[in-house]
Amino acid sequence: MTVLEFTLIVAVVSFIAGLLGSLTGLGGGVVLVPLLTILFHVDIRYAIGASLVSVIATSSGAAAAYVKQGFSNIRIGMFLEIATTFGALAGAFLATRIPTQALAMIFGAVLLYSAYYSRKVRPPAERELPPDPLASRLRLNGSFPDRDGHRSYNVQNVPTGFSLMFGAGALSGLLGIGSGALKVLAMDQAMRIPFKVSTTTSNFMIGVTAAASAGVYLSRGYVDPGLSMPVMLGVLAGSLLGSRIFIKAETKSLHLVFSIVVLVLGLQMLYKGIFGQI
Amino acid sequence: MMTPTGSVQKANTFRPQPWRDRRIEVIIGQLLRAGVLLAATIVLLGASIYLWRHGREHADYRVFRGEPSDYRSIPGVLKSVVAGRGRGLIQLGLLVLIATPIARVCFSVVGFWIERDRLYVICTLIVLAVLLYSFIGTGIGL
Repeated sequence: MTVLEFTLIVAVVSFIAGLLGSLTGLGGGVVLVPLLTILFHVDIRYAIGASLVSVIATSSGAAAAYVKQGFSNIRIGMFLEIATTFGALAGAFLATRIPTQALAMIFGAVLLYSAYYSRKVRPPAERELPPDPLASRLRLNGSFPDRDGHRSYNVQNVPTGFSLMFGAGALSGLLGIGSGALKVLAMDQAMRIPFKVSTTTSNFMIGVTAAASAGVYLSRGYVDPGLSMPVMLGVLAGSLLGSRIFIKAETKSLHLVFSIVVLVLGLQMLYKGIFGQI
Repeated sequence: MMTPTGSVQKANTFRPQPWRDRRIEVIIGQLLRAGVLLAATIVLLGASIYLWRHGREHADYRVFRGEPSDYRSIPGVLKSVVAGRGRGLIQLGLLVLIATPIARVCFSVVGFWIERDRLYVICTLIVLAVLLYSFIGTGIGL
């Protein structure tokens, strides 16, 4: 395959990765890493470097629209980023001391369960919850554009959410994956934040987490310009289209796409854990 | 893109404190868009030089060789940009892309400061400190 052909095909694949990544708040790495390694026989280290680039591109590309439209809650994002960045540091520190294979299997199982669990649509009665004192003090409660104007929400279980975010950060440091799935689940399931706010706030946060590790991988020579160029441009275009679709999309269909992507991610993790490819 | 006043009123019946983040949100949105567009422009420019010169060569990423030092650090990247290399320009664009979320965190400190939100200035400074720590630890040349 010539460089030109390779660039074009990778750009198309990345476009799809960026589209799915921006719709789900998971970043593009979920789709990109297995495709690059299995279909194009790219070495896993180059794939990880390209995947980090894709996560930052998805995050920043889509966040511009999501933040402006008022979907992402920047306070929730900033507050929880404390937990994820410290978690990532702890994860990087623990990386040599923890059996990552077993961890990947547990994480895979958690994802499979949550793919199933998140299919259950929350009854409307659970939507209007009373304000939680801690969430009010941290000014986390907010509102977002809905079909009939703006819908308000009150954030719940802040300590649980914060701890889960620490875990999400640690996992991304340990397994070298974007932990978007855990971020969305922590916000959506534990903190009772509306799905659209959870995915867009996760999307807002993953760029910072990825940028922190991008420095490490760039200095180790994992970021190849020839490979990262089509990935970055393709993912960016995909995420811009994704953010346009997202704004008009029904929560129900977004939930479905999310569950499918989480299911695939869970199977990937189980596979990696069982065959020791992590 | 201001929200209609009516819906904001409705939202405030749930929330006693007024919604004051709109301005920060709009500026952060613009900052991210500008960063991404700048990065994409530089990468596109580099891509055209790179593909013009190497487009017909054989693509192979099966074996990990690691990037040459020119593509691993900020001084190295700048050197290859000056030398007019396409891949150097691509790498510069990627550096701008990586810097965008970090610039967003820096701006948030200023934004929350303007809003006199001391709690969130502290939150954001903690995040920024951890980020800088992880960058300095890598020796990327910052």
